[in-house]
Amino acid sequence: MNSAERKLEPADGIGQDLPDGSEKRALHAVEDVLPAPAKVRSPALIIEGNKWIGPDLREMWAHRELFLFLAWRDVKVRYKQTALGASWAILQPLISMVVFTMLFGRLAKVPSEGQPYAIFSYAGLLPWNFFTTAVTNSSNSLISSTNLITKVYFPRLLVPTAAVGACLVDIAIAALMLFAIMPFYGVGFHASLLMLVPLVMLAALTAAALGIWTSALNVKYRDIRYALPFAIQMLMFLTPVIYPISFLPERWRWLLRLNPLSGIIEGFRDAVFGRPFNWEGLAISALVTLGLLVGAAFVFSRMEEEFADVI
Amino acid sequence: MEPIIRVNGLSKRYRVGGGNGYGSLRESIVKTAKAPLRLLNSRTRNNTANGKSHFWALKDVAFEVQPGEVLGLVGSNGAGKSTLLKVLSRITRPTSGRVELYGRVRSLLEVGTGFHPELTGRENVFLNGAILGMRRSETARKFDEIVAFAEVEKFIDTPVKHYSSGMYVRLAFAVAAYLEPEILLVDEVLAVGDIRFWQKSTDKMRQLNAQGMTIVLVTHNMWLIQTVCTRGILLKKGQIDVEGRPQLVIDAYRRTAETLKEDTTTSNGGDEKGAIESLQLLPTEDWTSDGEATPGAPIRLKFTAYVPSEPRVKFYVRIASPDGVPFFTVYSELANVPSSGRVTCEAKIPRLMLHGGDYLVWVGVCSDRDQEDKLLQANVPLVVSQTGSAHPERGLFWNEAAWEIS
Repeated sequence: MNSAERKLEPADGIGQDLPDGSEKRALHAVEDVLPAPAKVRSPALIIEGNKWIGPDLREMWAHRELFLFLAWRDVKVRYKQTALGASWAILQPLISMVVFTMLFGRLAKVPSEGQPYAIFSYAGLLPWNFFTTAVTNSSNSLISSTNLITKVYFPRLLVPTAAVGACLVDIAIAALMLFAIMPFYGVGFHASLLMLVPLVMLAALTAAALGIWTSALNVKYRDIRYALPFAIQMLMFLTPVIYPISFLPERWRWLLRLNPLSGIIEGFRDAVFGRPFNWEGLAISALVTLGLLVGAAFVFSRMEEEFADVI
Repeated sequence: MEPIIRVNGLSKRYRVGGGNGYGSLRESIVKTAKAPLRLLNSRTRNNTANGKSHFWALKDVAFEVQPGEVLGLVGSNGAGKSTLLKVLSRITRPTSGRVELYGRVRSLLEVGTGFHPELTGRENVFLNGAILGMRRSETARKFDEIVAFAEVEKFIDTPVKHYSSGMYVRLAFAVAAYLEPEILLVDEVLAVGDIRFWQKSTDKMRQLNAQGMTIVLVTHNMWLIQTVCTRGILLKKGQIDVEGRPQLVIDAYRRTAETLKEDTTTSNGGDEKGAIESLQLLPTEDWTSDGEATPGAPIRLKFTAYVPSEPRVKFYVRIASPDGVPFFTVYSELANVPSSGRVTCEAKIPRLMLHGGDYLVWVGVCSDRDQEDKLLQANVPLVVSQTGSAHPERGLFWNEAAWEIS
């Protein structure tokens, strides 16, 4: 270590290598222009090791434009170079609806609370498809943004949440399809349809919670990539997508209620068919989602500082 | 003046081997199962080596940067330059130590971070701006300047996957160049692109600095350190080896064994080998206003060499392709070196018979014993402006002839 030499060289060596000395002049000019520093300055930013304080919401807010840009990029790029483009957002739930109606509605005679099974299943598939695509995209979002994460700083939480945000466009398109087919089955429009907006938001938060959690784990454990699709497939049976909650015996329903998607899907159907909402069920969904979200955010922010080193 | 960056006791440790790759879930489950045992002495959990070997990418690094400085970080590969920059730009956290930054920081560790090939140039400018920390309104305000700087006006609504690599890099650099932070951290990004753009971007950096921006720059390019930086730091194995005036740092860097062979071939005991202290192309009246030479115009250049060890030397000027293929070399007569060891040399090639394109001008000093014994060298990019369309089949040079046709 050459500490003597290090301290020997003051900054006034500036520009002396340049024959015309223009740099020296420029730098002095700058010194004149800069305001005199205040007596006690506090740093704009302090970087320290191992100071974990949880998610920084203020910083997230400061980067809200980046959130929109990342979501916008995902939307813009998703259907590039596909022949059918955004119609995929409609085709997926529509084809599922047809198959489910044949299989579960006609053949298996799954009850649909006295409503046309097609609309019943579509109203369930709408939030379910949104949830699965959002969680899948979100869980892969960090590892597919390796180049961003290793090269530039921004709140990492934006990546999995923006991936969920991008899926909102799909559910909006698919919802328009729902409104188009409702009259064919004699399902009228009710003011309760307005509840779809907060319900979608709640579904988005649930997806974000799982996406945040799995995306962080995915950075370290690529097992997630294989485990998640399987887990989602299994989850479908534990979610009232193809059957109503009332399909289960009374004493088991509470178990289904713990799945936040149950309340959301039930709420979707209530909104579509203009039935009174099960506020208790929705409250449970919202509470479970909130719990998941807070937990996921803390897991994430604890793993976050390792991302650039591990990814 | 108060420093704008203050770094204290900064260390960064990486795990080597097993722990650095993808973790396996099984390993973690086993660890979790054992966790209750470890909780008893949890304080040691983060600090013990735990059977794995560690590697200190940075160890107890401390320095300060004053506002308006351009600090150059040099060092061989693995010396910790990029890690230091990553810590300063918050991409990775230090293991210990503290950094205080008194200003808005933006970092440019790679040109075109987040560019998406399917998006158009316009869309990528906005996306990239947002990623680098610009507001949309800010990007919109500077949009025309960015596009003009990158010279891609015609293709701004074309997806960037159809761009040539040069256009891609120009656009990406242009976005970053208009960031306007108070502190700019740059890693080797100027190593890309053609020479004319290289010059343009170094000029841009000088201009930004003249406007008061503080710059921390990682580079292998000694010429950049010499011309742009006001101070340098040489890192060695994660620690500061030398800090000071650019020339001091460059000399120290050259002495380290890892540098290029041509820089280390010494005639007598390397330390007093000297250096080329300045080098510039002097535009002549035939040059275009952009600082480009024209085919057939003269070129003049001037450089100062510090040659303390040799009494008599020869100078040379060599024109080469950007990737280093030499086209021709002209040597001077033997010249006496004054007792100060400092020689200024001005050379003029009266007629440059080169087609339009990018070139590299090398200047150097060789000993009087052997022309091939090169003591020092340095280079500067040269652009010859293209007049009309390029005809690669006509060769690298052009010439004139006297014809007699009967």
